[in-house]
Order: sequence, then C-alpha cells, then structure tokens
Amino acid sequence: MSRLRRTMLYVPGNNPGMIRDAHIYGSDAIMFDLEDSVSLNEKDAARFLVYNALKTVDYGRAETVVRINGLNTPFGREDLEAIVRVQPDVIRLPKTERAEDIQEVDRLLSQIEDTIGMEPGTIQLIAAVESALGVINAYPIAAASPRLVGIAIGAEDFVTDLKTTRSLDGIELLTARSQILFAARAAGIDALDTVFSDVNDEEGFTNEVKLIKQLGFDGKSIINPRQIEIIHNIFMPTQEEINQSVRIIEAIQEAERKGSGVISLDGKMIDKPIVERARRTLDLAAAARVYV
Amino acid sequence: MRPYQKYSGAGKAKNRQRLKERQVCQNRNKIVDNLEKVILEAGLKDGMTISFHHHFRNGDYVVNMVLDAVAKLGIKDLVLVPSSLTDIHAPIIEHIKNGVVRRIESSGIRGTLAAAISDGLMDIPVIIRSHGGRARAISCGEIHIDVAFLGVPSCDAYGNANGYSRENVAASACGSLGYAKVDAQYADHVVLITDNLIEYPNVPFGIPQSQVHYIVKVDKIGDPNGIMSGATRFTKNPRDLLIARHAADVIEASGYFEDGFSMQTGSGGASLATTRFLKDKMIAKNIRAGFALGGITGQIVSLHEEGLIRKLLDVQSFDLKAVESLKNNRYHYQIDASYYANPDNEGSAVNQLDIVVLSALEIDLDFNVNVITGSDGVIRGASGGHSDTAAGASVTVVVAPLIRGRMPTILDKVNTIVTPGHTVDILVTDQGIAVNPLREDLAYNLKAAKLPVSSIEELKAKADRVVGKPEPIKVEDKIVGIVNYRDGSVIDVIRQVKKER
Amino acid sequence: MQIIDIGMAGTLESSDVVIKIEKNPNKGIEIYLKSSVENQFGLQIRKVIQDTLAKLGISDVIVDVNDKGALDCTIEARVKTAVHRAAHNTEYRWGDR
Repeated sequence: MSRLRRTMLYVPGNNPGMIRDAHIYGSDAIMFDLEDSVSLNEKDAARFLVYNALKTVDYGRAETVVRINGLNTPFGREDLEAIVRVQPDVIRLPKTERAEDIQEVDRLLSQIEDTIGMEPGTIQLIAAVESALGVINAYPIAAASPRLVGIAIGAEDFVTDLKTTRSLDGIELLTARSQILFAARAAGIDALDTVFSDVNDEEGFTNEVKLIKQLGFDGKSIINPRQIEIIHNIFMPTQEEINQSVRIIEAIQEAERKGSGVISLDGKMIDKPIVERARRTLDLAAAARVYV
Repeated sequence: MRPYQKYSGAGKAKNRQRLKERQVCQNRNKIVDNLEKVILEAGLKDGMTISFHHHFRNGDYVVNMVLDAVAKLGIKDLVLVPSSLTDIHAPIIEHIKNGVVRRIESSGIRGTLAAAISDGLMDIPVIIRSHGGRARAISCGEIHIDVAFLGVPSCDAYGNANGYSRENVAASACGSLGYAKVDAQYADHVVLITDNLIEYPNVPFGIPQSQVHYIVKVDKIGDPNGIMSGATRFTKNPRDLLIARHAADVIEASGYFEDGFSMQTGSGGASLATTRFLKDKMIAKNIRAGFALGGITGQIVSLHEEGLIRKLLDVQSFDLKAVESLKNNRYHYQIDASYYANPDNEGSAVNQLDIVVLSALEIDLDFNVNVITGSDGVIRGASGGHSDTAAGASVTVVVAPLIRGRMPTILDKVNTIVTPGHTVDILVTDQGIAVNPLREDLAYNLKAAKLPVSSIEELKAKADRVVGKPEPIKVEDKIVGIVNYRDGSVIDVIRQVKKER
Repeated sequence: MQIIDIGMAGTLESSDVVIKIEKNPNKGIEIYLKSSVENQFGLQIRKVIQDTLAKLGISDVIVDVNDKGALDCTIEARVKTAVHRAAHNTEYRWGDR
C-alpha cells in the first residue's frame, strides 16, 4: 500500500504535552515544527525536545515529519544535524523558492547520512512553497531531488506575498493550488494543502477539504486533532466505489492468471489509470477500516 | 378494636381556617421562623444522625447553614449522612475539629475537606456508599436518620416540595430531588428548607406533604451557578472526543445496540460526549432508545426531544436543560434513589440497563475500578452510581485516558476498589480497547467489527513504556475511609497517605 | 562544558518541567525537586537529571526543578537545554548518547 498523506497534524516543537500525544488521534502523518510556532529564543529548546521525542517515543504507524528552519536562518543547519540522527521519515523545508533550495538540503542530508553511516537517501523530503516565486518554480522544485515525496502549499505567507488575505471560498489560492498540483503530478509526488486555521468553523473546513479533494490533492496539514475525522470521512470512498474497485482488481488478477492481454469488465476495457484509481480507492478504504 | 370517639384536635372538632392559613391543626404550623428553632423543635440532640442531599452540588448553602446553627446551639457528636459532599463544604472541617461532627457517611467528598479527612482529621473513618447502597441502608434501617434537612427549590406551606416549580422560575432550581426523596420517606423528622414558598398545592411535587414535619424559609438555599455547574458542558478536548468516539463504536458493535435499548452515561467529558457520537449512529441505523437513566444531561434531553430516546428516568438533573425538560416533558420522569439503584428492593432501574458508560480514575488488571481516591491516594471523588449501574447493566463500558499527566490509568492493583472488576466489561481508552475476559461474547463482537481490541495487560504495557513505572503510594496504618459495596459489605479501605520529609 | 551563568529551560505547562541550572563550585550536584508526581516518580526524575548531567560531564551544579508530569525524554531535553544555556555553549555534539 502506498503511503497515505490525507492528514498531517501540526505539532509545535516546544510543547511536550502535544508532542507526547500527537500519534493517538490517527492522523496519517505528524509534523513536528521547529519553525514558525517556535519563538527565536526557544529554537534550541524545541530542537532538543523534538530530538529526544523522536529518539524515545513510539509514534506507531504515523509518518514522522519535522519542519526545520530555513537554511538561510541561523537555525536550519543545526536542525538538520540534530534531527537526521533520530531518523524521522521526512524533513519538510519551509519557504522553498527554487530548486536549488532543495538541492542544498539534499546535499547536506547526504553528508550527514554518510557521516553517521545511514543508508544514503533514507530521509525523504517535502517542499513547502509559500511565495509567488515558489509557486512559479513549483515544477523545478518538485523535480529537484529523488528524496521528494510531496510538495505543499503554505497559504498564510503566500497570501501576504500576494498582498491579499484568505477568503472562505479560497479564490485567491486557486491558481497556486492548481500549479502545485500540476507540479506534483508531473513529478510523480504528492500534493499537500495548507492549514485551515478556524478550528471552530466546521462547515468552512469541510467545504475546503471537499474543494482540495476535487482539485486532486492527496491531503492537508491540520492544526487540531478534531479536524482529522472530517478529512478522513471526505476522503473515504463509498461502498459502491469500493465494490467496483474490488471487481476491477479481481478482473486483472483473473486476466493475469489466464495470461490474456486485454482486460475488460462489464464490456468496458480496463486500462492502467482505472486500475491505479481502484488501488488507491482500496488503500483509502483499508485506512478507514471499511470492509473490503 | 376500639369504639368510635369524636376526634378533637386542640379542643376543636373541625378545622375552620381559610385555605391560605390552613395548617396541620390550629396550633401546629409546619412553618417555623428559623433554623435554630426548627432544630430544637425537631428534638435534635448530641450523637444523632442528620442527612442532606447534594442536588445543589457545588452551589449548596444548606449543609453549612444547618451546621452553623447546630454549632451555635452547642449540639455535638453528630453523624452526617449526606448523599454527597463537594468543595463548598470545606467549613465542615471546623465542625469536625470543634466536635459538632463526629462521623460522616457520604457517596463522595471533594476539595480541602477530602484532603483533610485523608490526612487523618477524623477519629472514625468515613463510610463511602454508592447511591443505591445508601438508599438500601436507609430503607433497611442500617442508617437511621433522626432529622433530614432537605433544601427544596419550591415548596408550599404544607410541605409539597420539588426541585423546580411550574408556577415560577425557581431561583435555585435543581430538577429531580431523587436522593432527597429517600430521606423524606424514612427520616424520623423531615425539615424542608426553601427560598421559594408558593401557594398550596405545589404540584407536581417530588416530596409529598405527608412526609414533611417542618418548613423553614431562608433567603437563599444555593448559588444557581454552582448548582448548574459547567460539569456537563460539551467537551472540546480532542482526547475526550477520541475516547467518546471509540466508546460509541464499542456500543454499536456490542450486540446490544438495537431498537428499544436502554442506556446511561456517567459524568466526565468522554462519557458525556459518547452521547453525541451515538446519536449519529442511532440516526444512521434508525435505532431509538427505550429509555435513558440516571443523571440526566442536556444532551440526553436533546435526544429525547428529537425522538431518539423515548423516556427519561431522572434521579439527578445535571443542567438547566434537564431541569426544563423535567418540568415540561411528560415522559421525563422523576425517580428516587431506591427506585434507581437499591440492590435489595423488588426492582431497581439499573437492572433494566443495557449499556452504561462510566469514568474511572484508575482501573486494574482485574478491571476493578477506583473513582474515589486520586493517584496520590487522597480522597477526591465520589462513588455515586458507579458500582450500582456497573452491576445492573448488561454492558458496562469504562472510559478513561490511558495516561493522565504522567500517571498511567491502568495499574496492577487500583489503590481503592469502588466497583469490582467482574461487573466491568469493557475499558475504552484513547489508545485502545480491552475486554474483560469474562465477556468472550463482547470480545467476539468487537473483534468482528474490527475495533482495536487488545488485552488490558497490553494496554498497560503501552502506557508503562511511555511514562515508566510509578512507585506505589506509601500509607500509614490509620484507616480514614471505609468503602462499602452497594450490598453493605466492605469492599476496600482507604488509609492515610504517608507524608515524606 | 563550564557553567558560567544561570541557565533556565522549560515551562509550567502540564507535561513540561522547568529546569534551572547554576554553578555550585566543588559542592557536587544538588537537586531541589518540586513535582506534581513526586511520590510516584520523584526518584526516577532525580535519576534522569543525574544521568543527563553525567553524560554532559557536569558535576558541580544546583538544579532547581519544577515538574508538571514531564516524561523522562522531556526532562532530559530540558536539562540539556538549560546546561547549554548556562554554559553559553552552542557546540551540541548531536548523536552522543
């Protein structure tokens, strides 16, 4: 099963209570933040805390992601030095603007992996794009390193850069979201949406999740565990979709057994995209504990 | 047999008073000027037993008011048998020190009073009883109440009293008088204390005139903010919501979730929130509950008013919405504590429960539950209806976070047993579900529904890996509390916690 | 590392701990512990602090601890932060156990 990234729960790096419990809510990924949620004079403290947590706490099946500080800050390199040694699944680079930003992280990661004897390429990357320049460069960024598993949009800084603010229907983000999505698909990695900050506006949140799912996004960053179930429900396939997917997979298996080249079901040809969609549907269903 | 003789009360054969001033007889008026007078008239003496109810929760003025009056009169060595005590009753500490109060029996004790008693304040241990156990003890005479002092939010001059009024907005409304009703029925002398005297007859009533000896009018019997505490506000705590969602999944899969089922939810965020998640499942599967029992909350009332729960049996109303519903909804019915949970009568409502959802401070590998002492061994909670409903319900679900702060909820042995493990069926935590090995049927059903079921030992190990292993609480020899099971037997004792340094 | 200043780290939030480190020349390690779980975890908390200081090679300090139920890994992180701050040291030597 390919990695699902429907929900990435954002955990402030200097908050031990939240760090301890981050995995119990069942988000697909946990993002420990060393960047914007940590004040400048607590960067050292948060780094020690996240380092120790990743070293000792069992986060179960959740994908562990650490958002480091940019390499153009006094903290980014030290973040990498520390965090790679406790081997999270993914490093998330904020405020990415050019392919070179990713390539530099890639190079540093390789150096550290080499120093500590870790398999080269172990640590994966997610690039977060938070400016007009980053959006323009979305594809070069998404294709910049084989470590990349996803490209994300960070909306708060982005709308400021655009000289606008966020609206409920998200019209100001539409172009950027589409661009990110194209880049992700062209590079064969995941497209990840930004946070929705009003935790109490369930309706607005639901609408936004429906929108990004329809656009084609794989998932979304979230700031409160209460948002997890809503996303998972919206990404959950219907029983009809599940049944149909099961039949498609059975049909190819049957065809493979018989060695027949062309596969059809109910008189329609099944081609590669249909099979891929069926596999993804069953992955989503399995994640939601729906009977398959 | 004796021959007929003309009845004559106070020298007159007939009562000729008008309705407004009509009383028991011309020279006996139930309304007494003040508390001190009524205490004397009721004949309260050293060493007697007095009772109170806790329907005013943390807004109660009655206990402190009565004890102050008793102390002023120089009466000593009283036995206090309130249905429960809360933070607001801290002044009892002084009355224990000056000898007014010698012994206490209660469902629960909280705050500084609880801490002081845990620290050895009293010579005689406190007896902790469940609500059903208290009702049993009172009705069989194990507890003999000499005088019951019962605060009532509405009352007429003849003693028909209730926890609300259909005639006015009772300032101290508390809804059901379930716990007080037992005291009114069995006490030698019943004194009602009210701040809301209304015209005869006060119908509907929870306590009838036939059981009432005296009435005292005071300015205020309670603080509405404390009576309707925030205890039942809908939780936003994500961990409680997670536990509640799991609990609703468990109920759905239990095999007991079918049309006409019955349920109760105890206090505590996760337990109360279970109702919300259950509601979605009831609508989705077109299932309605036959009745809900116990402490009734606004959320339960909402389901009732939406037609999802047909009837409500209410021994204690937790919030204003529940009070309003008791007042206005004809299938929302006031019951007394004996009807609710007395194990010895010919039928208590807990025995009709399919499902109960309860909280726990600690639970152990044998599923014994502690709801009375905190992780430091100090008394801080209440037995309430925990052991009663656990024993009565077909499915007893205990909800608790796996870890609180650094303290694990699952222990090898709980510090104090309130509810025995064989009556507890399922533990639902934020990080997994465990089924009592006695209930293979439930384990089978939950596993069939693909719920994350593991053994309670596995859950405990999971928590211990995170927090480490706590050292056991060190205690003195002195026993400060005796925990009675609902049948009156002693199920555990509470010892004074050793102070180090 | 040399302790040259007072170093503090942590908050009074639940599950956190405040650690204050100051020098204690030639008098060894003195730990003053206040904890919400002192009876159950007091010994363990002291042990974690001792072990962490030993790993950092710190021997003569006064450690003031106000614990709100922090896990061992949090206590260790806060001690390390406080020590580095008290030593004005930013050579972190990651990976040393």
